Amino acid sequence: MKRRQFLQLSGLSSTALLIPGFLKALETPRTAFTGKRVVIIQLSGGNDGLNTLIPFSNDAYYQARPKLAIPANQVLRLNDEAGFHPALSGWKSLYDEGFMSIYNAVGYPHPDRSHFRSMDIWHTASNSDEYLNTGWIGRLLDSNCQGTDHAWYAIEADDTLSLAMKGAHKSGFAVKDAARLHAAMKDPYYTSIQQTAAISSEESELSFLYKTLAATTSGSDYIYEKSKAKPSSSFYPQNELGKSLKDIAGLIQGGAETKVYYTSISGFDTHVRQAETQQRLFNLLGDAVKSFCTDLKNSGDFNDTVVMVFSEFGRRVKQNASNGTDHGTANSVFLFNGALKNAGIQNAMPSLTQLDDGDLIHQLDFRRIYATLLEKGIDYSSEAILGRKFDVLDFI
Amino acid sequence: MTEAQKTAHLLRRFGFGFSIKDAESLSFEEARNRLFTSNEQLEELYLQEEERVTMSALRTMSKEERKEILDDLAANVKKLNLQWIQIMGKADGQLREKMSLFWHGHFAVRMRGFAQVESYINTLRKYSLGNFGDLLMAISKEPAMLRFLNNVQNKKNSPNENFAREVMELFTLGRGNYTEQDIKEAARAFTGWGVNDSDEFELKINQHDNGNKTIFGKTGNWSGEDVIRMLLEKEETALFITRKIYRYFVNTEVDEQRVNELAKAFRDSNYHIPGLLKMIAESDWFYTEKNIGTHIKSPVELIVELNRTFGISYENPQPLLAVQRVLGQTLFFPPNVSGWAGGRNWIDNSTLITRMNLPRKLAEAGGLEMSMKSMDDEAPNEFQKAQGKNTFNCRFNWEAFENKFKQQKEEELWTALCAHLLSTLHPPKLPNHWNQDGALTRSENIRQMALYIARLPEYQLA
Repeated sequence: MKRRQFLQLSGLSSTALLIPGFLKALETPRTAFTGKRVVIIQLSGGNDGLNTLIPFSNDAYYQARPKLAIPANQVLRLNDEAGFHPALSGWKSLYDEGFMSIYNAVGYPHPDRSHFRSMDIWHTASNSDEYLNTGWIGRLLDSNCQGTDHAWYAIEADDTLSLAMKGAHKSGFAVKDAARLHAAMKDPYYTSIQQTAAISSEESELSFLYKTLAATTSGSDYIYEKSKAKPSSSFYPQNELGKSLKDIAGLIQGGAETKVYYTSISGFDTHVRQAETQQRLFNLLGDAVKSFCTDLKNSGDFNDTVVMVFSEFGRRVKQNASNGTDHGTANSVFLFNGALKNAGIQNAMPSLTQLDDGDLIHQLDFRRIYATLLEKGIDYSSEAILGRKFDVLDFI
Repeated sequence: MTEAQKTAHLLRRFGFGFSIKDAESLSFEEARNRLFTSNEQLEELYLQEEERVTMSALRTMSKEERKEILDDLAANVKKLNLQWIQIMGKADGQLREKMSLFWHGHFAVRMRGFAQVESYINTLRKYSLGNFGDLLMAISKEPAMLRFLNNVQNKKNSPNENFAREVMELFTLGRGNYTEQDIKEAARAFTGWGVNDSDEFELKINQHDNGNKTIFGKTGNWSGEDVIRMLLEKEETALFITRKIYRYFVNTEVDEQRVNELAKAFRDSNYHIPGLLKMIAESDWFYTEKNIGTHIKSPVELIVELNRTFGISYENPQPLLAVQRVLGQTLFFPPNVSGWAGGRNWIDNSTLITRMNLPRKLAEAGGLEMSMKSMDDEAPNEFQKAQGKNTFNCRFNWEAFENKFKQQKEEELWTALCAHLLSTLHPPKLPNHWNQDGALTRSENIRQMALYIARLPEYQLA
């Protein structure tokens, strides 16, 4: 039953009644922090997995891609059949140290080849014929952090928030520049209006808006304090992803009790001139992830951090006429952690001859990886969040 | 509740709030009559002839030419977006525009091709205040819809069920009121509903399945039109549409008893849309406190209401596209066929602060200063370029705005502005420190107070 508390606030009583309501929410005891966290790196545009982890011993690969295939002698070999794109030397060294697990042909039944729709499916963890308004991380906030309003439980290193981070009741926190946001939230306007508002009921939309405002202020304070505590001094490449990962490392090392970090890098929609684009993107992706993992290893945080790199879909097996590739389906997912139970390539390389209309057939539902990240990565039950039970994997 | 409060509630829910042109003396009865009698004129969204490219012309082009044209088409869709934003703010036919925005979320289509988007939106606006059955039939035959929901691929012996499923689940009956078998059979009835080379609806006879189909227990050689008629016969359709309209115009907390009554009358009136809206607008219950200030404005509603209330004119409206995008509602780009979720889904830490800063940035020619995520297959450099352009260049019609309050005494100004700008029946108090030294002139005082109020969380609500 809803509590209908009518507070026609006036005079002195207004602030006295209103402010404690917000502070109370912020003071609710936290769920025990396990010190474990997940970092998600999204490659937007549909990264070509077959030119990322290259099946260099498979003739079908070279036949399908006369101009785009990476010559076998340039591949950074991981075993007899697979190796990384030459620009991913950072990943190669992480792999050699046993810090990397790879799953091939990850996807979902009835794949959708539209960027937006497929990304939605990955963000909401829905079936391909189902439309959800909440993201899987948003539902984590909804279900497991009940009774807390800790905006910093899930942080996205960007100015706007992805659907993955949106819950029905709570959402993650978008912040690109902690210092700038902190300064902006010091505008006296925000304090002033909280003292003059008249809120008729705690369940009202108006109350929800003021609570979101209060959580933004407290979140920006918290994130700014943690980012100042021990900013990472390691070297990172000078690009957006490098900056985001450096900020995230700083928060982790500063002791932030954040369970999920989210960042993305775009430009992977390589319909034309794929070779040049991938070379550039892989250079910065490989180096940024390598810097990040090394930084966390040095600070002793890598064992408790799982990094996942994914894209909304892979690309067609055959190259197109513009030296690029068109939208495809299943794709590789890359995972990094300092204490993997099973490192290396975890399942068979995808078949390049048994295809669905020219595209890879998925071997593994992406939600099994989500379930594993939730269950083992940060110790949450995944069933309610994902809508059903998915078997967990054993890389961690 | 005062007449003025009722007027404000009505105009915010059934339109986009007060217009800069509205006389202060506007009575409740006048406002309500005007709402239902000013929708005859339909200003079509339109771009010049030379900017149009048909899909058939596209097919003859090389891949590179096509890419370029498609980029132009996307630019044209953006122009159409801004044109509609402008019309929504200025049009006297507020009910038509508000209802069209509602239908755009209901019959959600996301396509890049300009000609089909233009045709789709003009059909939607044309039928938005007619009978629901006519609207459903017309929109089902729009090339944009047929393509978006893959009915152009729905052929005899290789059916595609996408449209048949969504027409039941999202457009008429709602989940649980049909069987999988109904969908399969209905898909067969829609086979051959396609698009010809001139980008118009065409029934492709040789792709149409002429066999018997059993839908909702009735067997016959049903056509697509027959299926739509069957859907309209079902009580569930009237209930589903009425409930959705109630949630949008009245309250997300649904009074089922009331919705049942409205739905029955709606169906009895052959789905006359303005009739249903009028029943709501002429009721007593619509004007009760529990239904006021409970609707979180969508980003488009927020932008349009600001434009309308302050009479904002744009040198360059382009940044409004960026605003729509960072706030999560870009016209013609709904997230998927189920439309925008709405309500609290609009709000997170980023969107709330962006919304609250918007009026000030518009008034001070500020910049949006936010990076945006890439959309669809848009090249990353394209949206990076766009970021630099997002400095507002517009003008508030402050003279007319101030004029509305010229009769108000200084100490009544805050209350009057709150009543004009906010839906809440319990406005916030004037901050203690406000203009203590009296440094603000009368004109500055009105402007600053209005902007202060338009930035409030209360302003996000209608």
